[in-house]
Amino acid sequence: MSTATIVSLPDQSTARIPRMNFMTKENGLLSWLLTGDHKRIAMLYLVSITFFFFIGGALAGLIRLELLTPQSDLMATDTYNKVFSMHGIIMIFFFLVPSVPATIGNFLIPIMVGAKDLALPKINLLSWYLYMAAGMLGLYAMATGGVDTGWTFTTPLSTHYLNTNVVTTGLAIFIAGFSSIFTGLNFIVTIHKMRCPGMTWFRLPLFVWSNYAASILMVLGTPVLAITLVLVVLERVAGIGVFDPTKGGDPLLFQHLFWFYSHPAVYIMILPGMGVISETVSTFSRKRVFGYTAVAFSSVAIAVFGFFVWAHHMFIMGISNYSMLVFSLLTMLVAVPSAIKIFNWAFTLYKGSITFETPMLYSFGFMGLFTIGGLTGVFLASSGTDIHLTETYFIVAHFHFVMVGGMLMAFLAGVHFWWPKMTGRMYPEKISQLAALITFIGFNFTFFPQFILGTLGMPRRYATYPPEFQVLNVFSTAGATILGVGYLLPILYLTWSLKYGEIAGDNPWQATGLEWQIQSPPLTENFPAIPIMDHEAYDYEWLEGQKEKVASV
Amino acid sequence: MSDSQVVVHGAAEGAHHEHLPYQRHHFETYAQQSDATNFAMWLFLLTEVMFFGGLFTAYLIFRNWYYPAFVEASHQLDIRWGTANTAVLIISSFTMAMGVWCAEMKKQAGLVLCLVLTFILGLGFLGIKTIEYSEKIEKHHVPGFHYSIQSFVNPSSDPEVHAKNPEDKPLAYDMARHTEIYFFLYFAMTGMHALHMIIGIVLLGFMIIRARAGAYTTGHVTYVENFGLYWHFVDIIWIYLFPLLYLISRH
Amino acid sequence: MSHISPVLWQFLVKWLTNFSLYPPQASTIAPQMDALYFFMVLVSLIGLTIVILIVTAFSIMYRQKKHPIPVQIEGSTMLEATWTIIPLGLFLIMFVWGALIYFRVYTPPANAMNIYVVGKQWMWKAEHPGGQHEINSLHIPTGRAVQLTIISQDVFHSFSIPAFRVKREAIPGRYTTVWFEATTPGTYHLFCTQYCGTDHSHMIGDVVVLTPDDYKRWLAGSTSGASLAQNGERLFASLSCAACHNTRPDARGPSLANVYGSKLTLASGQSQLADEAFIRDAILNPSQHITQGYAPIMPTYQGQISEDGVIALVEYIKQLNSDYRIQQTTNTTTLLPESEGGKATPAGQKPAGQGMVKQ
Repeated sequence: MSTATIVSLPDQSTARIPRMNFMTKENGLLSWLLTGDHKRIAMLYLVSITFFFFIGGALAGLIRLELLTPQSDLMATDTYNKVFSMHGIIMIFFFLVPSVPATIGNFLIPIMVGAKDLALPKINLLSWYLYMAAGMLGLYAMATGGVDTGWTFTTPLSTHYLNTNVVTTGLAIFIAGFSSIFTGLNFIVTIHKMRCPGMTWFRLPLFVWSNYAASILMVLGTPVLAITLVLVVLERVAGIGVFDPTKGGDPLLFQHLFWFYSHPAVYIMILPGMGVISETVSTFSRKRVFGYTAVAFSSVAIAVFGFFVWAHHMFIMGISNYSMLVFSLLTMLVAVPSAIKIFNWAFTLYKGSITFETPMLYSFGFMGLFTIGGLTGVFLASSGTDIHLTETYFIVAHFHFVMVGGMLMAFLAGVHFWWPKMTGRMYPEKISQLAALITFIGFNFTFFPQFILGTLGMPRRYATYPPEFQVLNVFSTAGATILGVGYLLPILYLTWSLKYGEIAGDNPWQATGLEWQIQSPPLTENFPAIPIMDHEAYDYEWLEGQKEKVASV
Repeated sequence: MSDSQVVVHGAAEGAHHEHLPYQRHHFETYAQQSDATNFAMWLFLLTEVMFFGGLFTAYLIFRNWYYPAFVEASHQLDIRWGTANTAVLIISSFTMAMGVWCAEMKKQAGLVLCLVLTFILGLGFLGIKTIEYSEKIEKHHVPGFHYSIQSFVNPSSDPEVHAKNPEDKPLAYDMARHTEIYFFLYFAMTGMHALHMIIGIVLLGFMIIRARAGAYTTGHVTYVENFGLYWHFVDIIWIYLFPLLYLISRH
Repeated sequence: MSHISPVLWQFLVKWLTNFSLYPPQASTIAPQMDALYFFMVLVSLIGLTIVILIVTAFSIMYRQKKHPIPVQIEGSTMLEATWTIIPLGLFLIMFVWGALIYFRVYTPPANAMNIYVVGKQWMWKAEHPGGQHEINSLHIPTGRAVQLTIISQDVFHSFSIPAFRVKREAIPGRYTTVWFEATTPGTYHLFCTQYCGTDHSHMIGDVVVLTPDDYKRWLAGSTSGASLAQNGERLFASLSCAACHNTRPDARGPSLANVYGSKLTLASGQSQLADEAFIRDAILNPSQHITQGYAPIMPTYQGQISEDGVIALVEYIKQLNSDYRIQQTTNTTTLLPESEGGKATPAGQKPAGQGMVKQ
């Protein structure tokens, strides 16, 4: 038995793509467009999400180009306002929220719990159609004039003072919200009701726990966004007065309703990514995650606490001092479970047997960058420093560190980690490691200067800025160029690998987990027969036992 | 929540288990399927609670701030129609529950009758709502569309309502303006509720057709049961809306 | 040195001389806030270093070549407790420290001088009590507590002075306040930091901090005529407030002498402090602010008066310290800028208003 690298395995040389798998089961466009197979739906999502990511990325490129110079010389300020608004809307609602759950989650959660599909396959397909409808509507709004409300569409600006496509975009986000709700609903029902025999809650992979926590947030939080959008549209169209102080309404009511969803939304975005990191760190240390129970409970704790901190986005908006105390304290509490997870992942490395494949590199990047992002969140949770730092580039840097340095890296880690399972082929290791490195370097160059810009006072959403901020902005744009290259490379080599990648075999990483015990790509029904789970999660001793069994045959 | 279902045939290779024709292939047993779909419906109703929750929050805040306006504006609603609607919905919940029982007992005729009754009662509810809405439209009490505060600044200009509420004093101009907020909440909350009713009635229509074809009396009652849950939920929302909107000052 | 291109040299010089990691500290609260900020930077650096060290050390020590057999470890309650309690403790310190600073920034001292700021798309209007009006700038003295009472005329804006480390949202429909005490003369940035539409990034200006003497000179030199209170008096007369709010025994409205700062009992029985926000609300939404013992007949002035006008009225009411003063207003309808305190001119019973309704 070869022990040189983790990828070179007993069956590697004889591995073939199985003739019968979920991709080959049926052919034809309709078999994809009317599928109930969670894996096909995951693939559909993967393609569409990537499409929206690049549109959002192009908009980001435009932002950085404009900000090379202090003057508003690349585009009119109105256009710039539209560009950053649409960048935010697309990236949040059409990329980050569905990214891991709808692609990797959809693909893996039934397999990880030992089921043949999600509980509600038709709802799953509906979810994708809703996402596509919302996306098309959003693109239509973009193409026919755009929207310049900012992704936060604050009232009364969005309801009374703008003449762009607010209603269309609001409707698009409303529909996308239902896509998200249905995904979360499906996950919760599946995890509760379709675990295979022997699969107790504490034998589930931590990826399932994280997605479960995120699903709770999706299901309970997104409807509040939906009703907020309805109110904004009614206010805009009919002038009902709910947010209009001259009619007795209250603009702060909008803020409360909006942030009641939008804060849990950030945990919807990050928790699935954290789930990926649990899987990759354990696999590439060949060890059970350190403190499994702590990590599982931390995920749920983040979800629960995440509902009670929304007004930390409103510290300077005239909330009472007592409200501030409550929300600031709760925000400090919600930061702790994330810290617990980081340390648990770090200690998973202890006495492990570590290799540095691309998913592991992205995971290391996640751990460092999310730590910075999370700690800078504490700067903002402390109400005193928030006064100076809020509404500046410090905030922009903070959320890009957690979302891009954190979540996007986790997404890429997951895509690379499960690429062999989903496609049956390996990605090219060297170039992907290079891409990971380029991404890491580009990211830091892009967003670290923004912390300094924010501390210096540069406000966010500014098309022009005082000249003394130029140097840092130039650094940031230079980094963005590098970052763009880092994101383009995976598209190229992953597509290439579909035809020319090495055949992966069932378990190229020699990982535990039900998904690695079945063929790559899996059968449509995942398992020939429902498995019985008789060992713990991340049971590498069990895996060794299995390998001995195979070797002795 | 129950643990995963114990599946007798586990990892037995090649055993093709018998399953009912209406059991989907990704479920191991029919019991698992109906359990899962039932749970899914409860979860969906929870999302609906959160959805309406935003409106209830707005209601709580504005009623607290503008209580006099809310009281007088609520007097514009006819409590008889409101009570009638409440009765209609409660009876329709009863007929729906009877329908579920019929499906479980495999009584097709009874099921169809109950569904039809529920359908008619649902339409009745919407009919009464239409009458109420058209009254509001006539009186220019629709926010954002030539809203008029005449009836509140000068109650005697509205003899019908004034006769029923003689102790209502004329509101100050600025407080009278806040009645628009009440009516926005009225239309938003009952409108959202009515939208859910319409969706329910349309689904009921489909169900009646399917029930007549015998689809729900073969033992596959999940659809009827889960729809029943939805219908009861819509009813309960109304049970909250009725006192909040109609009975503000009545003891 | 001659090998470096002139362009690059210029860039380096510009960068090195202008480089700073934080804005100038120009107020009394700035060093206090910076202290907390640097504490947080320190804690973050230490935390990050610990994480990086752990990950790097373990990656090297336990890489597969060196450590081919992993040791399965469940966890360690002791370690969990450690890295729960220590971060929690540090975060709680930051919470308390931050809350203290927050309270300080948003609790003006009693002797603060008040300047009104009205934000509108896309400019800041600062109104000094003495009648000086500024657009996109704010002149203040050093060594004096300055409170800003801020409101927006249209959408959310946010008034930010990074050098003072203060920021406050300008909200349509209600006043917000913030205070500071400037320490160093100079010119500092003033930004709008809440996205407010097309020219959000042009809604910037200068905060000019002057020594007390320079400030006095500036005040004298830039007065535009009537003080805010004087303008308020004009409005009070032209809007016929005195029809009800006069000093007659059978007056339909309460006398407003000394009402500012007092605790009023409202018709609902509640007791409320009559501050600027109360006075503004009473003008715009009177039916909810009726003083006990009076009928709710005051009409609303919503739509008839701008935020600037409300500010002027509030300022006027603030310095109404006697019934005599109200009497003067009733008798006198125009006021000359020079007459301080306003002597009654018995011969000059001029008609009200002179066409001035809105400011």
